[in-house]
Amino acid sequence: MNHFPEAWGRPRDDVYGAYNSTYLQTSGPKAHTTSPAVTGTSVLGVKFKGGVVLATDNLASYGSLARFTDVKRLRVFGGKAVVGFGGDVSDMQYIDRLLESIDIRENYSSHGNMLNAKNLHTYLAKVFYKRRSEFNPLWNHILVAGFDADDQPFLSSADLLGTTFSSPHLATGFGAHLAVPILRRKFPDERGIETISREEAIEALKECLKVLFYRDARSLDKYSIAVITQEGIDLREDEQIEGQSWAFAETIRGYGSQTS
Amino acid sequence: MFRNNYDNDAVTFSPQGRIFQVEYAQEAVKQGSVVVGLVNKTHSVLVGLKRNAEELSSYQKKIIEVDSHMAVAIAGLASDARVLSNFMKQQSLSSKMTYGRPIPLDRIVTQIGDRAQTNTQHYGKRPYGVGLLVAGVDAAGPHLFEFQPSGLTHEMQACAIGARSQMARTYLERNLDKFDGCSRDELVTHGLRALKETLSQDKELTMENTSVGVVGLGTNGKMEAFKLYEGQDAVPLLEALEQADSAGAGEGESMEVDS
Amino acid sequence: MTSLMGHPSGQTVGYSFSQPTAAPVKEHSFYPYTDNGGSTLGITGSDFAILAGDTRSTSGYSINSRMVPKVFKIGGDDETGKGAHILLSVVGFAADGNALKERLDAVVKMYKYQHGKSMSVTACAQRLSTILYGKRFFPYYVHVILAGLDEEGKGALYSYDPVGSYEREECRAAGAASSLIMPFLDNQVKFKNQYVPGSGEGHALQPKKAEPLPRETVEQLVRDAFTSAVERHIEVGDNLQMMIITRDGIEEIFHPLKKD
Repeated sequence: MNHFPEAWGRPRDDVYGAYNSTYLQTSGPKAHTTSPAVTGTSVLGVKFKGGVVLATDNLASYGSLARFTDVKRLRVFGGKAVVGFGGDVSDMQYIDRLLESIDIRENYSSHGNMLNAKNLHTYLAKVFYKRRSEFNPLWNHILVAGFDADDQPFLSSADLLGTTFSSPHLATGFGAHLAVPILRRKFPDERGIETISREEAIEALKECLKVLFYRDARSLDKYSIAVITQEGIDLREDEQIEGQSWAFAETIRGYGSQTS
Repeated sequence: MFRNNYDNDAVTFSPQGRIFQVEYAQEAVKQGSVVVGLVNKTHSVLVGLKRNAEELSSYQKKIIEVDSHMAVAIAGLASDARVLSNFMKQQSLSSKMTYGRPIPLDRIVTQIGDRAQTNTQHYGKRPYGVGLLVAGVDAAGPHLFEFQPSGLTHEMQACAIGARSQMARTYLERNLDKFDGCSRDELVTHGLRALKETLSQDKELTMENTSVGVVGLGTNGKMEAFKLYEGQDAVPLLEALEQADSAGAGEGESMEVDS
Repeated sequence: MTSLMGHPSGQTVGYSFSQPTAAPVKEHSFYPYTDNGGSTLGITGSDFAILAGDTRSTSGYSINSRMVPKVFKIGGDDETGKGAHILLSVVGFAADGNALKERLDAVVKMYKYQHGKSMSVTACAQRLSTILYGKRFFPYYVHVILAGLDEEGKGALYSYDPVGSYEREECRAAGAASSLIMPFLDNQVKFKNQYVPGSGEGHALQPKKAEPLPRETVEQLVRDAFTSAVERHIEVGDNLQMMIITRDGIEEIFHPLKKD
């Protein structure tokens, strides 16, 4: 046994094997983040007549561990736009600091030239694209909601590669698979956002959050929801998914202990 | 040899607290031919008198379009103005690229102001020998800014810089209260009349020597992109001025008596 | 030293496993590209050029959005693209496509600012090649087609590979369904495998000579190409965007495609 002080308190090599130090990079090129650490799951958004709703749950996972259960993933920018973050939480906090400094700079000379949600989305997409081009990505998929220069409701997405797209309803991560089909059924393209009321949009998102909580193992029943209208932003950050029914779980077959 | 000991560079104050090099640069602005700018609630107008070095040469450009929402009129060293307008073009494109919006006027004017100021505080540098009138629209509406070689910038309702510009300023001051209520075309006419005031006896405004630039908000409240009127395009504007002057000749007289 | 699980010899019984039990350290690497699907196509005539593309944006089996245009006006005054005289279509990795479009747009605008006249399509085509080749070792992952009118007023079309080799052509399909559309164009625009009836037997048979097609015919070919591609390719669909450049300016037409 090794009695030298540097080994004190360390797992014994003869029992546990030598410390696997392969993850510590000693040579080669500088490596950046190649995978996210603490992550948030889906972000959901829907446009309605006169505004946009955005929702996320309040969970930050560390792999499969539900690590932080009170993390707010909706960030307000300048009282007119909201950014919803999925993906790495530390990168979210970095972007949040970035937005803070832009907000201060933009408001420093207030001449009615505030950046709107569309400008903000363009900027953030550029930040993502620049970082991916440096092979040092910000590991996020975000939704930006608010209004464009013509005061029309605006909802658009940007991800770690700098890819952008816009649609009357959007969802990132698992939501893209589970929530978007629900939203497309509720609000088909032919309907147009003029026929969607604020209440209907909020209800739809709550329904989607519930479905996600049922099926996405990295989700939580505590969520945040932001309603952005011309009157301002109504942000609620300590909401609880209501009307859950797990009765359907009993009928599920095909995995776990019930394989038939 | 020197006028005094304190004008060898732009970084030394005179005992009276003046920086002579900057003041000389401002003299360069006064050498340039006159440009007039005026703004109301919907439009921002630039009017300039072009000069040719000799009868056979072409006329020096007075109004430079920086972007679809903004233009500058120059008085002084045209080459210095080009450096500044190139910089403004770069900044404007960069703002469109990174934020997807036209750069706010006050922002870009501050930027050129800062650039000009550094030239007055570093040894071996020379102040810009040009004054600018920056006209444009942004989210806060139409604007007019004046830029001086010292780096000083002001937002103006109306302004004239360059040779004999005092005459134009007098006209602008006397008619200031009329600008806000008048239409796009009337505002242009006011600009041209102010420019005309500065002309010496033997000169007149022609399609060759007149430049007019207009940018503003259209009837739908949307941006009306900058448009430059030169040569044939300027003829209708000059005719409108002539008509307004002949129609209002009597009025004009009585107004003079009043003041 | 043997492991308890591996070879239970009983000689030295460790507390745990002598071999590292954790899975070998995962080699994550960041891949900076994605494929956003979709297809584009361009055809020229004697006094016009058409560029078209579908408006679907995909990632994997998901549809990101049904309305992400792939054809852009280059060198226009503002967002509306008024005054533009060049068209560009981009398909492949959408973020690279956008970055490339904006770069070329800035180049064409600076050209006009500096020279006081519009950039010719020929010059723009050469410049685009240089831009693409400038990123030879980290390419823009896109297939682009450039269109406009040449000095003689004839339709001009240039197609590129991702690293800038280019060629002027009469017609070109690019993107996900290019392998479906291109043979159709070869046959219908270049009259490949079409012969003059009764002109001879075997090798003596005269090939039908290709002539520039009228605009109505070309528009119909574009619509047919896309309705057919939509049937067979899952990444193509939603809407067809067509831009037609003539000496009178640029016309933009949208046409619905199947959304399945």
